[in-house]
Order: sequence, then structure tokens, then C-alpha cells
Amino acid sequence: MQIDINGRTIPVQAGQTVLDVAREEGIWIPTLCHHQGLEAYGACRLCLVETGSGDRGRIVASCALHVSDGLMVGTDSPRVREIREMIMQLHLAVAPDAPRVRELAQQLGVGQPVLARHGDGQCTLCGICVRVCRQVGANAIGFAFRGSRRQVTAPFGARAAGCLGCRACEESCPTGAIVFSESGGRLFGEHWQSDVPLSRCAVCGRAFAPQPLPGHLQQRYGLEFQQADRCPECRRQQAAASLTAQARYNLSP
Amino acid sequence: MYVDDAEIRDVIAGHQERNGRVTAILEDLQQRCRYLPEQALRIVAGELGLPLTQLYGVATFFAAFSLEPQGQHLVSVCHGTACHVKGAGRVSESLERELQVAIGKTTGDGQFTLKSVRCLGCCSLAPVVSIDGRAYGRMKPDTVEAVLSDWRGGDRR
Amino acid sequence: MNSAEAVLESLQRQGLSSLYPDRIRITVGRATCGLAAGADAVYQYIREEADRRRLDLQIVSTGCLGWCQQEPLVTVQAPGRPRLVYGRVDQALTGEILDGAGGGSFPESRLIGKIYADEVLLTGQRIFLTGEPESGPVLDQTSFYAPQLKVVTRNCGYIDPGSIAEYAARGGYRALWKALQAQPEQIIDEITASGLRGRGGGGYPTGRKWQATRRQPGDVKYVICNADEGDPGAYMDRSVLEGDPHTVLEGMIIGGYAIGARSGIIYVRSEYPLAVVRLQEAIGEANRVGALGKNIFGSGFDFQIEVVKGQGAFVCGEETAMIAAIEGKAGEPHPRPPYPSEAGLWGKPTCINNVETWANVPPIIMRGSGWFTGIGTESSKGTKVFALVGEISNNGLVEVPMGTTLRQVVVDAAGGAGRFALKAVQTGGPSGGCIPAGMFDLPVDYEALTGAGSIMGSGGMVVMDERTCMVDVARFFLSFTRDESCGKCMACREGTWQMLQILDRIAEGRAVMEDLELLERLALAVRDASLCGLGQTAPSPVLSTLRYFRDEYEAHIRDGFCPAGVCKGLFRLVIDQEACTGCGRCARVCQAEAVSVIGDVAGQETAKKYLVDQERCVQCRSCLDACAHRAVRVIPRGGAVVDAD
Repeated sequence: MQIDINGRTIPVQAGQTVLDVAREEGIWIPTLCHHQGLEAYGACRLCLVETGSGDRGRIVASCALHVSDGLMVGTDSPRVREIREMIMQLHLAVAPDAPRVRELAQQLGVGQPVLARHGDGQCTLCGICVRVCRQVGANAIGFAFRGSRRQVTAPFGARAAGCLGCRACEESCPTGAIVFSESGGRLFGEHWQSDVPLSRCAVCGRAFAPQPLPGHLQQRYGLEFQQADRCPECRRQQAAASLTAQARYNLSP
Repeated sequence: MYVDDAEIRDVIAGHQERNGRVTAILEDLQQRCRYLPEQALRIVAGELGLPLTQLYGVATFFAAFSLEPQGQHLVSVCHGTACHVKGAGRVSESLERELQVAIGKTTGDGQFTLKSVRCLGCCSLAPVVSIDGRAYGRMKPDTVEAVLSDWRGGDRR
Repeated sequence: MNSAEAVLESLQRQGLSSLYPDRIRITVGRATCGLAAGADAVYQYIREEADRRRLDLQIVSTGCLGWCQQEPLVTVQAPGRPRLVYGRVDQALTGEILDGAGGGSFPESRLIGKIYADEVLLTGQRIFLTGEPESGPVLDQTSFYAPQLKVVTRNCGYIDPGSIAEYAARGGYRALWKALQAQPEQIIDEITASGLRGRGGGGYPTGRKWQATRRQPGDVKYVICNADEGDPGAYMDRSVLEGDPHTVLEGMIIGGYAIGARSGIIYVRSEYPLAVVRLQEAIGEANRVGALGKNIFGSGFDFQIEVVKGQGAFVCGEETAMIAAIEGKAGEPHPRPPYPSEAGLWGKPTCINNVETWANVPPIIMRGSGWFTGIGTESSKGTKVFALVGEISNNGLVEVPMGTTLRQVVVDAAGGAGRFALKAVQTGGPSGGCIPAGMFDLPVDYEALTGAGSIMGSGGMVVMDERTCMVDVARFFLSFTRDESCGKCMACREGTWQMLQILDRIAEGRAVMEDLELLERLALAVRDASLCGLGQTAPSPVLSTLRYFRDEYEAHIRDGFCPAGVCKGLFRLVIDQEACTGCGRCARVCQAEAVSVIGDVAGQETAKKYLVDQERCVQCRSCLDACAHRAVRVIPRGGAVVDAD
């Protein structure tokens, strides 16, 4: 099977998306709501490409477009560039302070924001946090309301009671809108008032592991942890000590 | 309207259909309680084995559901195309003035909730106001008071 | 004759004796529009009075005959006489009608027309009510009904929607019987050959959709009826559901058989409680006679239908959003492919069609695809039901062959606008566009309407006259789509919000010409970049009004003037002293006591003129609407108010 991107013929495999292929080939397509570990969502509209040509051209999200034999794709046509610019302007209106958004705007050559500012300045509602939270099995946060009132929230706008403290949302948020902090042996996620107690290390006493997390990982993924009561630093020290002890009594190189 | 846990479970048990089960249960609860209490939603999520976030998402997505108690009477002013062209905006403003409440809100005494809807399907009588399902056609800003007087002070005369 | 045929024959006999009884049959249109006009009071009064006067009458509730402007509508059928159709029936007229029923003569007032024969569309037969011509208008020849061809609405207003017997009497469930004798593939071929296209707005070839769903492997499939009818101002589907629910059921059962589905769902908006009741009743009746359920008519085919209610989200008219809602999730669309025909409800192949599409199936099966292709244009076969609302003399539902011109529908049938000049008609609701009055020779056809910058849509036709501001229209529709956006994708959620910001600026006289360019760029981007049909068509009202009424936008921006006199603060109302006749209606309806009289000299009536006090005027336009002499003028804010001197 082969497709054509910007005039270049590329052999592809069934099941790949145009975005996958473009990335492999070093053809840049901007994305924001795309995440390798998650199914295509189609919210940000930045990855749009043109298929077919001229009047028959269709604008499609490349993250969800599966390859088919003979597919013709344009990732940089004038029509695509104009749409991308306006979509970027919409992102700038909603999250002008997010470094990733500013970076994308720069890469796309989109200069001054031309639209009225709207929103809290950080969240673009890409949905990665919600999707990741669902995938991990916590379902602590979700989308509520609709239209321009749509928001990511814990039910009833209250504390995110199901939060495991895994911080996958923080890790994968592309705009840095999600921030967790530790204090007094607890982990706080300000956005959704997550408040998760941390277990303390049996050796040094430092608070380190979100209490609900190991149990959840064990139950959902069957993951067992050796020395789960020790923080990573103490575990490392202990491992180093036992390796050294082994080496001392091991005569062969 | 207070509804106890047992009644909520009864409602859930009464809806065994697979298609549209969630919204059918929520509609039933909304009718009985005049809104969707938090406790009711928690029970529904638990009984149906749904993440509470999903249920909360559904409860806040659809216009028919409310998480705040609604008034005794629902005053719906139609803002459909025909009604708009025929001056629904002015009728709406008049209702807000008469009831001393903004669209989407409930009066302080819990009597009336004022909502904007589209469309009631009585376009030949535009602009239309519906109170508890009873439609009043050819409304004008100055006929609002007379229409409301039918409903004020408790039950409809 | 086997038992299924026996059942149909028996039902038909029952229905015929009900439709054409030996006594006087009176029908009252008690669909939602009728009820809103007071039909219930009329109905109750007829029953009480008939009782009191000891009259032996058959009194029946029907759906809507379509001429909603004339509601409450009552028909009177005395044996041997043509059926009399009365409009705007009140208690007094009811009394007179009952006088006629009691042996006197029936009243002449508000008699819209007489019906001499009933055509049974499904069989092609005619039932003559009488051979004796009488004076008075023939209903089919009145301007409202003359251009119409009732296929989808053939039974509405004629039968009791709760009576499966009356439905059967007019050929009902014969199409199902016929279909079950054929192979599923043959049914699909027939529907394909008919050229039937989706009536929900998209116009996708129905046969092709059925075929795509049939082709999928697996024995669990669904058919769904989209009865979410969210376009404000459109109520065609509601009328069919309330007036003739069985035609929808029959269409779905035939479709289920053709596609290989055993389950049907009707997704109807909860704002249509009467339609829900009629559907549940009809499903019950169909089950009772064996047209639904197991082993339908002895064919071995099982099919059941259930009703699921939409809880208030326009976006759920979109197929993938509707599926999500039925599955218990928020109504968010997802990218297509996969299409519902491949993976729809619960991941199974699903065929979704609109109410009107399903209602067309029994006629096509009974009369044949050849008959259907004989109606309409090259690309758009059959008829279309339109809801005519807005500034139109005759509000109501009309069903016309495709290819009928807008002029024939809006002006000839519906009477045009009143004394104000016709300006445009909006088709396709919030997803459509405005067609200016100058283009009313356009035929009603999928391609012609799309070419003009609008769409066929579900059938809502909003008529606008010179008092409508096209900027305001665009703003109205955009505020609707902004409210109804599910919010998932950036293009629609944020794009509609930003477009509305600009439109608000324009309507408030705060915009600059650059805003117009920005509005257009946004509109095109939202159209091309949105995830689903809602976002893709949300800019259509903006784009179409910019195409045909750009001068109005420019007047708002450059001159701070709203020529139609709608956008508050951007105009003034003055009374042309030449045209003013001194009748005083303006003063009486004024909401702000801003109209006063001058020259009120006793004995000199003609000297009396009225004028508007600009300080007090709140621009409600009640005066302009009320003036029969078109003396109230809309002028720019800065314009000199010379006439008042």
C-alpha cells in the first residue's frame, strides 16, 4: 500500500494513520490533543490536512485518518495553512499564556492574536487529562456542561475524590495547566482540589507514594512492587549497598 | 421535592431497558424531585456501575436536566426562529421584569423558573410562552402580566 | 387467504366503517399546534353539546391538516355530502356547526373548503363522498392546498392517529405485507431506484445507506428514526408523529427487514410529549395486530421498536452524537469514519434516517419506484414537507413535489408576507442560509438550494420581510449554534463564540470594517475545520447573509445604521407626515408613551398627525408593526428629523 504526501510517494502499512506516517517521514504536522498512548480524539483541529485536490479536496484530521491505497494528502496547501492559522488564533484566544501554545504559534508563523481573549488562559480543553484519567482507571475527572461552558472538573465541582495521585494528567498536559504540589505529607492538585495522602518511607520517613496508587496498580495491572514501603532514594541506596556487598565476595570479574 | 434512597433505587429498577436507560432514569428522577440531587446521582452511578464523572457529564450536558431545584411552575419563553422574528425578545424582557428574575433562574419564592427554549413547535402563534406545558400564543409585552396572574398564588385557576 | 391477510382485511373493514360512518363524523385537529390555538376547548364543547342536544355524532381527534394559521380546524362529514373544513373555529361557530348536525344547515362562515373525494395514495383508489357538486371552494383548489401533493402527510388530519384500523383503511400495513413477500435485496433495490434521499437535511441517498448497513457482517443491527427535530421553526416531523405515527413504524419495519435488523429505536425529543404518547400508542396497536413483534404477519421476521427520548441537545440530531446519547454518554460526536453503518449503536451496524424519510417508504413500496421518480426533479425525487413560519400570511405545513419554486410555495401557497415587502426566506434552519426574494424562482431541490448558499435542511422555511435585519438573523442563528455546540472541538466551540462576539459588535455599532474580514475568515475556518455537521454548518447563516446582504453589514459598520430598524440604538423611528392619516394606532400600541399627536384641531380630522418623541422612544417598533399606512419610517440616528416639523 502506498500514499502520496505533498507529492512524495510513501509505502505504508494498513492501520497507520496519516499522522503516524508523516511523523515517520519527518513531515511536520502540528498537534496538541494527540497523545501516543491514547486513541485519536479530534478536539484541537490543528492536525488537519487536505485530501484529494482542488474542488474535491476535503479537510480531515490526520490523527484519525487511516491510510488507504492511493490516498493523496497535502499537509501544507494554502487552504490548510489558512485554516491552521485561524485555529491557532482560536487557541491563542483561549490559552495565550501556555508556553506550548505560544511555541506552536511561532512555529506556524502566527503573530499577533487577533481575537478577543476568552478563558482562564491555560486550558484548551484538549481532553488529554480526562482521557488519561479514564485510561488509568481512576475516572476522577471528566467533562461537564457543554459548548463554551464546557470544563474539566470533578463531579459537582467538588474535590476529585477518585484521584489516585498518579499525576498522569500533569505529566501529559500539553499546556502546563495542571499543577500538583506536595505539602505536609499530602499531594494537592489545585485544579480539582485533589487531596491525596502520601505514604511515608519506612527508612527515612519522607512522604513519597500516593497511598491509593500501589493498590490500584496491583488490582488493575497486576503490578507488584518490591519494598513498596521504601522511597526510591532509600531503595536505590539499599540496592547499591547490596550490589557492593555482592561484589566484595565475588572474585570473578 | 425530597425523594428517599429507596425510591431512587425503585426508579432505577423500573428502567431495565438498555437503550437510553441512563437518560430515562434521569428524566424520571428530575420529574419526581424537580431537579437531580447530588445524592441521587451518586446512587444511580453506583447502581449502574458507571463512573460518576460520566453520569455528571450527562446530567450537565442536556438542557432538560437541572442540578438546582426548579420552581413550582416552569415558564418557557420560546426563542425559536419564528418567535424571534415576531418579537420574542421583547416578551422575554417583559417576563423578566414581571417576575423579577433572569432567564434560567428561579424566583426567590420558588414559584417560577424562567427558561428560554427553542422551539415549541407552535410557530403559527408566535411568539409563544408555555407555562407547565400550557401554551399561550401571540404574546405581547403587555399581555405578560395577565397570563402570569393565572398562575400566581399557588395552583392555577 | 392466510391469517395476516385476514387481519389486514378485517382492520381495513373496521377502518372504512369508521372513516365513513352512517352518521355525522366530526374531526378536531388536536395536534400540538391545534391545542395551542384552543382546539381542546372546542373538542370538549362539541362533546358536551352533542350530549346535551342528544346528537348521535362520531367525534374524532386527528392530527394537523397543515394549515396551522387556521387552527382550530374542524371537519364535518355528513353522509352523502362533501366533507366541510372549517378554520378558526370557536365556541360560537361550533354551536352553529352543531345546529347543522342537528338538522339545520351548516354555517358558511370560515368554511375553508369542501372535499368531494378522498384519494387513497397507497392504492391509487378514490373514494367519492358525494356526486353532488355544491357551491363553495373546493379544498384542493384553494391556494394553500393547490400546489401540494400529500405523500408523507397523506393521513394527517384525516385519520385518528390512535386507530390502526383507520390507518389500515387507507392502505396501511399493506406495504409491509408486500415487502415481506419479497427478498430484502429487492426492497433495497426498489428504494435505491426510487431516488429517495435523506429528508433530515443531508440528502444522502437512502438506498445506498441501507445497502451499506446490510452489507456489514453480523446479525445484530439497528435502525433508528431521527425524531430529534431540533431546528427552531421546523415541526414537520412532529406533525407526522402526532398525526400518522404508523407510517413511520411501517417504514422502519420494512427498513429493518431489508437491512437485517431486528431492533428499531425512535429517538424523539422530550419537548414533543404528545408525539411520544402517539408513538407509544401506535407501537402498542401494531404489536396487538402482529405488525410488530415476533413472526410478523407469519413471515418469520421479528422486529420490535422502542422510544428513547432526547433530553434537550440539538447536537444529538447528529448521528454519532445521538448514538452516544442512547448509550448513556454525553451527546458528543466522534470523527467519521467509522460511519454508523459500519459501527454505530453499541458498535453494531446502524442505519439512521429521519421521520420523513421513513414515512416515504410505504408509498414507495406500494406504488413503486417508477411512480416516485415521476415526482420531483432529476436529482431530487418525491416531495418535501416544509414548515412555513415567520412573516407569512399562511403559517403552516405544505408538502410539495421537489422542483416546485420558492415563489409557488412562499407566495402562491402561503400567501407571501403581509403589507411589508418580502425580503428573504431562510431554509435549513441554523445550518442553512437565506435566499433573497429576488431569487424566488429557484426550484426547491437539493442541488439548487446548495448552489444558492443554503441547504434543503429538514424543511423549516422562515419568511422574512423588510422589517428583518439580516445581521440580526445571522446573530440569532449563531447564538443558537453556540448554545448547542457540544464543545468538544476548538473550531466550533471557540469559533462560534468568537464569531458571535464580532456579530454583537456589528449589531451594536461598535465594529470596524476589518471585523468583517475577520468574521469571514473565521466563518470559513469553522466551516472547514469542525469535527461534525453542527460546526461545519454553523457559519452558513453568516456566510449566506454576507453573500446577499453585505450592504446591511456595511451600513451597520460604516454608518452605525440598521436599515431594517431592529438593532437597538442604530436607528430612529419617525412618522412621515405625508403618509400619516392620523388614525392613532401607533399611539395606542406604543410601549413608552412616546407617540403624541399634533394639529388636533376639533372638526379638522385631517389635520391630526402623530409624531415620535425621540427621547422617550425605546425602539420597540410596535408603531411600525401596527401602522396600516406604512407611515412609520426607519432612519439613521444622525438623520435630520425634518418631517416632524
